[in-house]
Amino acid sequence: MNKSKTSSVMKYNRWGYIFLIPFVVVYLVFQLIPLISTIYNSFFENYRSGLNQIGPNFIGLANFAKLLSDKDIWTYTQNTLIMWILGFIPQIVVSLLLGAWFSDPALRLKAQGFFKTVIYLPNLIMASAFSMLFFTLFSDSGPVNSILMQLGIIAAPYSFFSHVWSTRILVGFMNFIMWFGNTTILLMAGMMGIDTSLYEAAQVDGATATQVFYKITLPLLRPILVYVLITSLIGGLQMFDVPQILTNGTGDPVRSSMTLIMYLNKHLFSKNYGMAGALSVILFIITGVLSLIVYRVSNKQN
Amino acid sequence: MEQYENKGGMGLKSRRVIAYIVLIFMSVLCLIWFYVLLINATRSHAELTTGFTPIPSTFLLTNWTNLYHSTIPIVNGMINSVIVAGCAAVLSTYFSTMTAFAIHAYEFKAKKAMFTFIMMVMMIPTQVTALGFIQLVSKMKLEDNFIPLIVPAIAAPVTFFYMKQYMESTLPLSLLEAARIDGAGEFRIFNTIVLPLMKPAIAVQAIFTFVSSWNNYFTPALILHDDKKKTLPVLIAQLRSADFLKFDMGQVYVMIAFSIFPVILVYLLLSRNIVGGVSMGAVKG
Repeated sequence: MNKSKTSSVMKYNRWGYIFLIPFVVVYLVFQLIPLISTIYNSFFENYRSGLNQIGPNFIGLANFAKLLSDKDIWTYTQNTLIMWILGFIPQIVVSLLLGAWFSDPALRLKAQGFFKTVIYLPNLIMASAFSMLFFTLFSDSGPVNSILMQLGIIAAPYSFFSHVWSTRILVGFMNFIMWFGNTTILLMAGMMGIDTSLYEAAQVDGATATQVFYKITLPLLRPILVYVLITSLIGGLQMFDVPQILTNGTGDPVRSSMTLIMYLNKHLFSKNYGMAGALSVILFIITGVLSLIVYRVSNKQN
Repeated sequence: MEQYENKGGMGLKSRRVIAYIVLIFMSVLCLIWFYVLLINATRSHAELTTGFTPIPSTFLLTNWTNLYHSTIPIVNGMINSVIVAGCAAVLSTYFSTMTAFAIHAYEFKAKKAMFTFIMMVMMIPTQVTALGFIQLVSKMKLEDNFIPLIVPAIAAPVTFFYMKQYMESTLPLSLLEAARIDGAGEFRIFNTIVLPLMKPAIAVQAIFTFVSSWNNYFTPALILHDDKKKTLPVLIAQLRSADFLKFDMGQVYVMIAFSIFPVILVYLLLSRNIVGGVSMGAVKG
């Protein structure tokens, strides 16, 4: 019985390879080949100067040297990180709070399904349309300014998009609104997984809700928190749609909301393939390292 | 269960009240934008310039007709978006289930390596390969074509991972043995036994793929240049870069509403599955 089972299994196992063909072929063609050619491009001088095409000429690591010695990339990295942090801090605070409440059986919150549905909703909204909406709502003649004026808070319209910090805060705020629901659900799933006997023991010892949260929930949640932090950072490095639409691709005022991917997008549109390649490779390495950490963390968890 | 009361911390009742207040506040913060959008989409340009009122007006249809007759090919955009997102959702779920099935149901040499590989590449953002991607697309003469936006969805590591997780809990290998004894071929087994069993997971992932493809702006903006071929996000970006102040704001709001509300509607109909799906993916994620 056992023997015939193994042999029949062996016979069918080539189907494992057959069923993998579509994935492997598509991955090779549309991901791996582009990745290799992106890396290849990063070693070549290849751009347009007016109507002239310069290159492609092999120049080794000169693109990287030029990119990293220019202060633009550092400014854009800083912008990206600032706007990510502006969104991430409220996101993690609110998500921890809501997650703890949702998963606390003592609280018995009603209408949980409704709240979860509502807070997850913004995650599914088209980021470009949502940004366009925010742009119109916060424009000089938009409803936010008109409400603030009707309430007498300000006398003249405030130009949200010509001030560095109001633009950055709006980007961060939109990221917060779009992602805190998702994070809440992830953290909640983690909190539900914590052994309830720990809570019961704390209860017997007379711990308060705050103590329970800091002494039990938070430490046990660490792997998931690390996961959320790093995946959010990877997502933050890809920040594009929101600032691109809000600022019409300029990253204004004075390129203070220009992100790394907006910079990449600019090189791609101006067909400066050498620099675009070098920038892509750098981003690839950074996200690669970060994903390795995620992979390690989630493997340990299992 | 009132264990937290009178133990030095906050009482249970006041904690509950605070929780509700925060939850309601966050819900308002999530929804208010769409409420304003809905109201403003019903108001004419003249009304919009007079300031905001919370009461809807009667110009929704007028705004829509104006937009329809404007230079923006909104209906084309909608159809294009539906085609791209729909095809991507179908291909992605079908082939990701197939990939997951290959890894789940068979024992072969490269199995472990393949699984590790897919897990490793899961996080690589599409943007970092965009340069090579657009060069490839232009070499294949596929610019202004939907193929480069649809076919890559076949290799979707995240969808694969979700399917694999789901399969582990729902697809016993003995079921396959039984089907084999009945003389079914492997491909037939996949289509007639595995796929129907995976329906709940397929539904969740189809929605996710549809939405992310529907919302995708970066890649379509690089591939689609012909106005007639553009998807909604690209058209919205175009609207943003047009001379904004000269625009009929009623049309702008209707167009935004047009891109946002279909997704909201579908979401509200299926939200139970979606929210459940997110937490299921998180259990191991």
